[in-house]
Amino acid sequence: MLSFIIRRMAVAIPTLLVLLVASFYLMQFAPGGPFTSERPLPPQVLENIEAKYGLNEPTWKQLVNYVGGIVTEFDFGPSYKYKDRSVNDIIAQGFPVTLTYGTISFLFAIVIGGALGIAAAIRQNSWLDYFAVGITIGAQVLPNFVMAPILILIFSLWLGWLPGGGWNGGQWNHVIMPVIALSTSYMASIARLTRSSMLEVLRSNFIRTARAKGLPERTIIWRHALKPSILPVVSYLGPAFVGMVTGSFIIDSIFSTGGIGYFYVNAAFNRDYAVMMGLTILLGSMTIMFNMVVDILYAWIDPKIRL
Amino acid sequence: MSQGLSSFNPQQPKTAAMGERMAEVKGRSLWADARKRFVQNKAAMASVVILVLILLFAFFGHYLTPYDNETIDWNVLGNVKTEGKPSLANQHYFGFDDSGRDLFSRVVQGTQISLMVGLVGALIAVLVGTVYGAVAGYVGGRVDSAMMRFVDIAMSIPYMFVLILLLVVFGRSIVMLFVGIGLTAWLDMSRIVRGQTLSIKNKEFIEAAVATGVPTFTIIRRHIVPNLLGVVAVYATLLVPQMILTESFISFLGLGVQEPLTSWGALISEGVSTMNYGTLWQLFFPLGFFVVSIFAFFFIGDGLRDALDPKDR
Repeated sequence: MLSFIIRRMAVAIPTLLVLLVASFYLMQFAPGGPFTSERPLPPQVLENIEAKYGLNEPTWKQLVNYVGGIVTEFDFGPSYKYKDRSVNDIIAQGFPVTLTYGTISFLFAIVIGGALGIAAAIRQNSWLDYFAVGITIGAQVLPNFVMAPILILIFSLWLGWLPGGGWNGGQWNHVIMPVIALSTSYMASIARLTRSSMLEVLRSNFIRTARAKGLPERTIIWRHALKPSILPVVSYLGPAFVGMVTGSFIIDSIFSTGGIGYFYVNAAFNRDYAVMMGLTILLGSMTIMFNMVVDILYAWIDPKIRL
Repeated sequence: MSQGLSSFNPQQPKTAAMGERMAEVKGRSLWADARKRFVQNKAAMASVVILVLILLFAFFGHYLTPYDNETIDWNVLGNVKTEGKPSLANQHYFGFDDSGRDLFSRVVQGTQISLMVGLVGALIAVLVGTVYGAVAGYVGGRVDSAMMRFVDIAMSIPYMFVLILLLVVFGRSIVMLFVGIGLTAWLDMSRIVRGQTLSIKNKEFIEAAVATGVPTFTIIRRHIVPNLLGVVAVYATLLVPQMILTESFISFLGLGVQEPLTSWGALISEGVSTMNYGTLWQLFFPLGFFVVSIFAFFFIGDGLRDALDPKDR
């Protein structure tokens, strides 16, 4: 187990470094510095500003300073666009929002998707099964940026039941639509995965043995079939997490929820490289870590993986 | 999938006797079988028809309308809701967009870009991924583990961030979009191809080729790659909609193709932003094209997979 964890980290740590160095040097390539504007600053002023932000030092030293700041003080540096606001302020403002609807969506996708998949497998070829399969096929073509406008159209514009945007401190009626829009396609994938693996498990020998010795169906499913059939779902959690992080860009821009995604997209438009880099590194390393944890979890749960 | 089977040609019998036997038992090659199974799959066949129609629409759509995608009708601008409705009478079949441009020709243009991104992205993935995976799988050993470790690392970088960074740093353009999508699209493909190569590598005909002294890269080119084509074809058809989804995602955020060019994602985005004004045709036409095409690609991919899966035989 330990050697597997070490081997897995041997992938994760270089990945983190590649992400860090690549995004840092990519920013150096960017045409125009952070302080180039339509009205050019006097060279003396520019020099002073650059000295203030440490931009006059050699690139490798800037990188070291930057990484040092993140590691020691969790400081992602200043925003070059809004002088009074640092990347940390943006994280503090946007992160709770993203975390709230992200976590709810994640749980929603797993619980509803898993339940739907299991139910469909147990009652194969019933109306419930057809319903589940229909949803999973439909949801493939309903990514968040298609789902969100349709939801707004129906529930805000036509029915007027839910507010079309805003966050309002995370009041329930502001959370519903972002969660549904963000989680539907992942819920569908999880339902499809659990359904097919459950079907496979139910046909396997040890389930036949359990049936033969006369166990009640309920015990067979909960005690014997459930655990092996949710395994593929565990390996899907990584991609689902990545999808939800990037999906938050869409959610924040359609529903004006003011999460991290809003700041990221805004920074991309304003060419606020410092903010983009900070958020890329934060969200990117979260993703890499999460994937690593999921892989280790998977290896730990699955008895078939020999370490 | 096996080249050996498909090159088995009943039309050229060695002897007359063999020829008679062949005529009785007609050879069923895997490809003929697969074709039969695919044609019987109604959803896949319907999807092929739909996709052909959409392709025709993308190529020849602009001959159907007298308007181009850039001219602004100043009479409509400002009251699109009342004046800009879709109508057959004035030949604005899909109505106007919010800037008073003909939506039909905009959708034609967007369809071109979206399909192009999907097809080119998949093509890059096929070319790079096949070569990379086949080399890694066939050569094996240290080279294989180094090459695959690189893929592992590249795959665990959240590529959407990299794509957006690239687009911001090097300017938002369609070329950059291709570069960014191409950078990551081949990774999955290379893994699949490598796995397949590993299983082909130990077959007798490869051994025979090695024994007769065929150089390594000729073996890969002539013997390994042709036998991979089935898997690659299935996976490539499933890649096209993924590429289109990625592009639409980026263009929806406004970071993809730039005006006056457009794509499904950008058009949907425009439709969403004008939804409140009651000009829903701006949303529904691009959305319809997007959803129908993605559906069609998925069904064709599934159909191909079922058709080429020898387990079913």
